[in-house]
Amino acid sequence: MSKLIVSLSPHVHSGDSVQKNMYGVCIALVPALIASLWFFGIGAAIVLATSVISCVFFEWAIAKFLLRLPNCTVCDGSAVLTGLLLGFNLPSNLPVWIIIIGALVAIGIGKMTYGGLGCNPFNPALVGRVFLLISFPVQMTSWPVPGQLTAMGADVVTAATPLALLASGHLDELPEATDLLFGNVGGSLGEVSALCLLLGCAFMIWRKIITWHIPVSIIATVAVLSGILYAADPTTYVSPLVQVLSGGLILGACFMATDYVSSPMTHKGQLIYGVCIGFLTVLIRLWGAYPEGMSFAILIMNAFTPLINTYCKPKRFGEVAKKGGKK
Amino acid sequence: MNYFKILLNGIVKENPTFVLLLGMCPTLGTTSSAINGMSMGLATMAVLICSNFLISCVKKIIPDMVRIPSFIVIIASLVTVLQMLIKAYAPDVDKNLGLFIPLIVVNCIILGRAEAFAAKNNPFASILDGIGIGLGFTIALTLLGCVRELLGTGHAFGFELFSENYGALVFVLAPGAFIALGYLIAIVNKLRG
Amino acid sequence: MKKLQSTWYNMVAVLTVISVIAASVLAYVNSVTEGPIAEINQKNLEDGIRKVLGDDKVAIPEPETAEDGSLIYRTEKGFAVQAKDPQNASFGGDLTILVGFDVEGNIKGYTILKTNETPGLGAKAGDWFQQGSKGCIIGLNPSKNNLTVSKDGGEVDAITASTITSRSFLRAVNAAAHAACFSVSADATTCATKQQHMDKPEMNEDIEELKFDKTKTLNK
Repeated sequence: MSKLIVSLSPHVHSGDSVQKNMYGVCIALVPALIASLWFFGIGAAIVLATSVISCVFFEWAIAKFLLRLPNCTVCDGSAVLTGLLLGFNLPSNLPVWIIIIGALVAIGIGKMTYGGLGCNPFNPALVGRVFLLISFPVQMTSWPVPGQLTAMGADVVTAATPLALLASGHLDELPEATDLLFGNVGGSLGEVSALCLLLGCAFMIWRKIITWHIPVSIIATVAVLSGILYAADPTTYVSPLVQVLSGGLILGACFMATDYVSSPMTHKGQLIYGVCIGFLTVLIRLWGAYPEGMSFAILIMNAFTPLINTYCKPKRFGEVAKKGGKK
Repeated sequence: MNYFKILLNGIVKENPTFVLLLGMCPTLGTTSSAINGMSMGLATMAVLICSNFLISCVKKIIPDMVRIPSFIVIIASLVTVLQMLIKAYAPDVDKNLGLFIPLIVVNCIILGRAEAFAAKNNPFASILDGIGIGLGFTIALTLLGCVRELLGTGHAFGFELFSENYGALVFVLAPGAFIALGYLIAIVNKLRG
Repeated sequence: MKKLQSTWYNMVAVLTVISVIAASVLAYVNSVTEGPIAEINQKNLEDGIRKVLGDDKVAIPEPETAEDGSLIYRTEKGFAVQAKDPQNASFGGDLTILVGFDVEGNIKGYTILKTNETPGLGAKAGDWFQQGSKGCIIGLNPSKNNLTVSKDGGEVDAITASTITSRSFLRAVNAAAHAACFSVSADATTCATKQQHMDKPEMNEDIEELKFDKTKTLNK
């Protein structure tokens, strides 16, 4: 059982590395990045730059001075990715000092406390976002209206997001699904353009950075669940299309829930994980105190990941199925 | 037995919050501000001293098999008395801690000290133990309350240190309690070596 | 002294004695503190009413119950009405407020009795609508002013990022006004709007408008 198998070269190496995958995800975020710059202008650039720079800085500082790690972990790109994802989860008019706090929490509390990349049970960017959402609810929920290219700081016009309208029961004010698809709605940077996010997601699946299981199961669950509710009572619930396209659902499903470290390892586990996230998201959106439930749902399921991994252990190669047992 | 050691034991070596991790419910629930944390600590300390003393006095006449129910009746009565007194004479404290006062009954520190200390030692030592553990608990709760109040609202004991607009609200809420407590325990353990 | 053995007799006796002593101590403390506790509860309510009416000495009468369950305290300085959001549609569920009106129906003050709003957002309602704040409703009159948020065409600035709570709060205020002025009262003159309604026919429109406003709000 415990024999180490030694074989002759040549060995096949897939060329995969942490770095390659991290930067692959970053590339996949480029279309959404361009969309957010297009819709929110200079504000988006400031938010993203601050977020990425401070994430990288905190990662470097904590690794060097607090943990005293021998190797430089900054270069693996995970801090850049965390910074990008955090930035995508923030409104474009957020004050810089709040973004820096968010980066400190994401890297410090969400990641380095547990020992750095690979040890964190929760997605660091989401830890940062949820921390900010609970800590600074006013700044975090004043979403600027897109299309104000040069507006910055307090001057921008803000509006409720589609989901906030939903929570307050103002269905008639909801934007059209096409606006949601192209991103012409209020919201955080990354939740505006569903189309660009899907493009990035397709790229990642094509490059085999992620598999389809998690995003598809999340989106399908949300669509089916909200579809059932919509069919039951169209006056109180919105159509599944709006549910899927609004808020951070696609961003979360494609980029946050698929985080290697905090999601289950087997395909079966990933499906369970995705379905549960979708279910929780709809529950929180419709009946929770916050209009958007995606980040909470992902964090909750992150906590269940070890349990799912235990439940869906891959069968050991060569193990003979017990007699009478399932194959 | 060295009485001073008993007193110090509860504050440092067996600090109920940072070392024994006992009584987490009031620790997390009531420390949204330094004053709240301190009031809860003091209320618990009052009950703890009385219960330690009473239980130590009557330990000989309580048969072993019914000692837990007897202790619980004594502790519960003390807490109820305390609750009524606070309601009647300190309504402001009641407003903030009202929900948590009855929970002192189930605070494992109190039953734990009754079992581990008061049932084996003389009344005077038991009072000292109550004071020591109570002080340790109060200090821990005040510290946690202070950190949470400062980070959450920019105040410390009600005095403004920086504007409330810069406070991270999460520290006043439950999740912040867990985060702050976790880091405090880490720091205290680091300091204790 | 030797420790008592755990015999059946000993155990029953000890538990009984402890319970009896505990019960009598509790009974005694209860009898002592009962008075002060009742006084404090009463005082809290009276303080609330006095605060919203802006008068420290006003006498508090027994409440009357309106059709929608609001409680109305009629004093010589005006009404204090305890009311809820009729739609129960604030962000965190129940929202119960106490609003003070003077005899003409102007709002003198309010206080929030029960709320589950998000801290830092909706929970700001306790200060936001007070005198000197951005969304001040003090001095407005629900029968003359349109007490809805500016987004809905009203005169009140909603709490930043908490339009839903603001709407709910203002519905509760309107419900309180409604209860104070249309509830069955033996003495019609104490009800400001009703009096005006009888004295000046032109006020009629205002009241109709108010009613219309309410149905409009309710239908939203």
